[in-house]
Amino acid sequence: MESIAFYVFAALTVAGALLVVSCKNPVSSALALVLTFFSTAVLFILLLAQFIAVIQVLVYAGAIMVLFLFTVMFLNLREEALRFDARNIPIKMGILILILIVSGYFAKVGFKKAFIGAPLSHPEIFGTVQGVGEVLFRDYLLPFELTSILIVVAILGVVAIAKRRLD
Amino acid sequence: MMSISIGHYLVLSVILFIIGAYGVITRKNLIVILMSLELMLNAANIAFVAFSRQFGDMTGQVFMIMAITVAAAETAVGLAFVVTTYIYHGTLDIDVLKLLKG
Repeated sequence: MESIAFYVFAALTVAGALLVVSCKNPVSSALALVLTFFSTAVLFILLLAQFIAVIQVLVYAGAIMVLFLFTVMFLNLREEALRFDARNIPIKMGILILILIVSGYFAKVGFKKAFIGAPLSHPEIFGTVQGVGEVLFRDYLLPFELTSILIVVAILGVVAIAKRRLD
Repeated sequence: MMSISIGHYLVLSVILFIIGAYGVITRKNLIVILMSLELMLNAANIAFVAFSRQFGDMTGQVFMIMAITVAAAETAVGLAFVVTTYIYHGTLDIDVLKLLKG
């Protein structure tokens, strides 16, 4: 049951990702990205990360995608011609895939005997709001507070960029 | 049926990352390039949560929250740049926007 769900939603995730990079219309790409994020949220639930799944839907599929769609529609983009730089892409992608295969080989060597199903640190609260919150606010309080500084800087940056009069 | 191991999730993560990198390399529209960047960040998040489940430790999920924060900030700043660029240059084609090209 769990493996069927994994394969179905992994296939949906990959299909959505392929649509993102292959659709001509940016609106279609954005909607395919929503599909990818929702399928990923289901995968997070399979990984016993309920809180993360909810965050994924709220922040990614909600806030970030609204931002993308708003920008695409605000700018009223024409459909771009899909041009491919046929000479360089195989080389670049080949190098990238080679790096990833090598790293994947080392990951496989390292985790050969390790399967999901390892004992959980706190089985009853694993992945819930309580569990994540305890780790977040006990062990990682300073990084958590620092992310708020990051967000403030991002807000200030966006306001500074957007308010600048172009003349 | 074979049970799902961490390897399955890592392979999925790698596939998503490669697709995202392919989008960043091939697409010419700045907004779609940002979307492909989100795909790559999403692949990293899947790896984080898979390792979190693997080791039975919630630290990976906490780091995924941090990664989401960074992704949200990056998207906001990136889209602000996109809007400014579009107003200034009238296009988002990265073949036209080569001001910083050496």
